[in-house]
Amino acid sequence: MIHDRGDDATSEEHAAIDVFNDRLQAEGHWVFAGGLGVPDNATVIDNRGEGAVITDGPFLESKEFVIGFWIIEAPELDVALKLAADGSKACNRKVEVRPFLEA
Amino acid sequence: MIDIRAAITRAHHEEWARVVAALTKRFGDLDIAEEAAAEAFATAVERWPADGLPPNPGAWLTTTANRKAIDRIRRESKRDDKHKEAQTLWDDPAVPSVPVGVIDDERLRLIFTCCHPALAMPTRVALTLRMVGGLTVPEIARAFLVQETAMGQRITRAKAKIKATRIPYRVPSADDLPARVSGVLAVLFLIFNEGYLATGPDTDPLRPDLTAEAIRLTRLIRALLPTDGEVAGLLALMLLTEARRTARVSASGDLVPLDEQDRGSWDAELIAEGHRLVRERLAAAAAGVTPGRYQILAAINAVHTSARDMRDTDWSQVLALYDQLVRLDPSPVIALNRAIALAELDGPDVALAAVDRLDHRLAGYHAYHATRADLLRRLGRSQESRAAYGKAIDLAGNTAETAYLTRRRDQLR
Repeated sequence: MIHDRGDDATSEEHAAIDVFNDRLQAEGHWVFAGGLGVPDNATVIDNRGEGAVITDGPFLESKEFVIGFWIIEAPELDVALKLAADGSKACNRKVEVRPFLEA
Repeated sequence: MIDIRAAITRAHHEEWARVVAALTKRFGDLDIAEEAAAEAFATAVERWPADGLPPNPGAWLTTTANRKAIDRIRRESKRDDKHKEAQTLWDDPAVPSVPVGVIDDERLRLIFTCCHPALAMPTRVALTLRMVGGLTVPEIARAFLVQETAMGQRITRAKAKIKATRIPYRVPSADDLPARVSGVLAVLFLIFNEGYLATGPDTDPLRPDLTAEAIRLTRLIRALLPTDGEVAGLLALMLLTEARRTARVSASGDLVPLDEQDRGSWDAELIAEGHRLVRERLAAAAAGVTPGRYQILAAINAVHTSARDMRDTDWSQVLALYDQLVRLDPSPVIALNRAIALAELDGPDVALAAVDRLDHRLAGYHAYHATRADLLRRLGRSQESRAAYGKAIDLAGNTAETAYLTRRRDQLR
């Protein structure tokens, strides 16, 4: 779920997301979902060197950022894209679809 | 020897897509299918001249390609046991597909996979030419003036995305079919247009290899989806355009406009076939089926190819068809073409007023300036016409068109 505007989600959007989540569960696509805090509250840690370096803020300053996600089960991309289209409508935001790596 | 070579070329045209499609279905992997098909054809080139043509070339190629694919999988499975996953990737039986009235040809699945909307347009074009058309990577790279390695990477990335994201290998469900067919037609039209009006300073103005390939693939789709009106419309549009190909560029390499073309050199056979298709769609429209944009464009071309000359052209019919098209697609490019018909009916002054209303949206489009230049020339406004020709020349990408526009500008007094 990609946030690209100034305001928070409205109560209508919350209600629509709830309806969409219920449907994901009823149809067996649901694995997990969650909202994320704003990038202002992000902290980046880089522990590849001598010691952990802590930086205040997101690793990438951008007007568009990930504000939440769904993890779903879908047999193929067409099914996932249809669900994402309905999800986008429900949360009133853009949705990016990406596969998990095959184990 | 020449017969064998011709037979191999014919087999390549007729069987390539079928072999790739059958192998993709069996092994669930485009990469394996493509490589095995290429190896099978290479084997045919080696063996057929000595052994003679097999009684059923298609079956021979499929069997040989199957064997090559199994060899590769055996080789790889020694290193990696994951190949079994690939076989279960696609064609989930839980997902409904193959609507009534659609032939379930393997090649159709292949086309829909290559033209999937999750792939970028240039990727769809490249993948379709490779997997369905059987063009080699260097051939496709040359066709689109892209470095061979870049084109190879584009195709490799596409195959990887199809596999990783599970782009399905099947005919879309009835709900999605119209939108997906129109996506396929957009790919074919783009290939055709690049052949019809090739871009680039060092390219031949016409690329008959590309127009021929686009027509061949559209004929295939027509055979697979015989009841689809837009497929018939696009095929008719291509045939009626292709029919005028040799008349469109002069011996000196200038584009020849419609009113100066030698209509006797148009290909009567292609025109007859195009007209048959248009009549078929007109009958459907009379029965209440709303025609899509390709059918309307084909009908416009049918009016032009029915006329003995410019004056004999039924311009009110052309304008009525453009009005229909504008309702369907309110884009400024359609409105520009409508204005050209308007000039023939109501005069260049009326047309120029209509064209000038499009200014802000088409300022970067060479045809906008070329149309203005022509209308201004007809109105005797030479100074303005010359300036408009200049802008059109700067923006035109086709060598024959640049030559034509330059000649027209230099004729102005």
